[in-house]
Amino acid sequence: MKESDLMLRHPLAAYLRQERMPHIWCEGCGNGVLLNSFFEALDKLKLDLDKVVVVSGIGCIGRAAGYVNVDSFHTTHGRAIPFATGVKLANPELEVVVISGDGDLFAIGGNHFIHAARRNVDIKVICANNFNYGMTGGQYGPTTPLGSWTTTTPYGSIEHPFNLVHLAAASGAVYVARWTTLQVRKLTDSIKKALGKEGFSFVEVISPCPEIYDRYNKLGTAVEVMKWFKLISQTQHGCTPENAEISKRQIIIGEFVDIKKPSYGRLLREMTTRVKESFQEKKAK
Amino acid sequence: MPQKLWRKPLDAEKIKLPKPEIHIISDLCKGCGFCIEFCPKRVLEKSDKLNKRGAFPPEVVDESECALCSFCTAICPEFAIFTIEKKDKEDNQDGEKE
Repeated sequence: MKESDLMLRHPLAAYLRQERMPHIWCEGCGNGVLLNSFFEALDKLKLDLDKVVVVSGIGCIGRAAGYVNVDSFHTTHGRAIPFATGVKLANPELEVVVISGDGDLFAIGGNHFIHAARRNVDIKVICANNFNYGMTGGQYGPTTPLGSWTTTTPYGSIEHPFNLVHLAAASGAVYVARWTTLQVRKLTDSIKKALGKEGFSFVEVISPCPEIYDRYNKLGTAVEVMKWFKLISQTQHGCTPENAEISKRQIIIGEFVDIKKPSYGRLLREMTTRVKESFQEKKAK
Repeated sequence: MPQKLWRKPLDAEKIKLPKPEIHIISDLCKGCGFCIEFCPKRVLEKSDKLNKRGAFPPEVVDESECALCSFCTAICPEFAIFTIEKKDKEDNQDGEKE
């Protein structure tokens, strides 16, 4: 059988733009695993692909918008969440997913993230965290762990990193989870759960960056980094997000927040109908 | 078939173990080795044949060992490997006769 025919027989072939394969990501990059888990979640939920929108920002993972076989946006740097908010408010039927990186969502797009979480806009954010700006050559970013080596911190980073799950939980997200790319089944379940929830859901995915971050920090090949994830990750469901800091000794993974709250879109629609009704009543009088 | 059984299961004749079929799209593979490393049954092995992209794709050592967990499908960043259940023609004929 021809290779191109085999590609079409892949169980997730319907979700992938086959003509754009192979993708640009490095060998062993976690972005492909994230995309795979996302497709698996879509497949399990049997969502109508016409009702799913993927928005991504700038960065390695930003390319994801070009590889998914659904309507997708590849937006400007840091502005994935504002675009997604607009899409969701304009057409509430759509399931809007933001797939972006840590630099895009938390450095230049940090304010958009916290305010979207505060408003509880009904979008799902999946963040690939590789601890640095991979696409531009490995500069340090808001998630670079203290003391790690990047091209712009040649003597080790002296800045304290963001704890993304804590930030999301404190800003008001209704669903917050963190997994590494090794726990693909759990990650798929988490994405599935996030897609089913109403409100701002956030899933952080710790991803290996074998060519840049892991190489500079002498963590070894992608397989060795995955083994390292296996060694140091601890599942603690319901753990206080404040305590779930990432260090070189441990990565706490699991589901941290799972609450119910009315979403921005619903409150907006309720208010619009209420105001319209009262206006019509006044007009009738 | 599992090799260690302390007794024969009562429904061993009725239930047939699914036969796995492993497909590797070798030209998509970048040779990260996740599927080889994390296969619980150690079914895959690095081949010594270079593909189009200059990587060594995995090759199947023993297909019958595969437990169809599809972890390789789930962890492959390149969508270059997948497992499906083999539909045996003979089995279907037997089923029709019954």
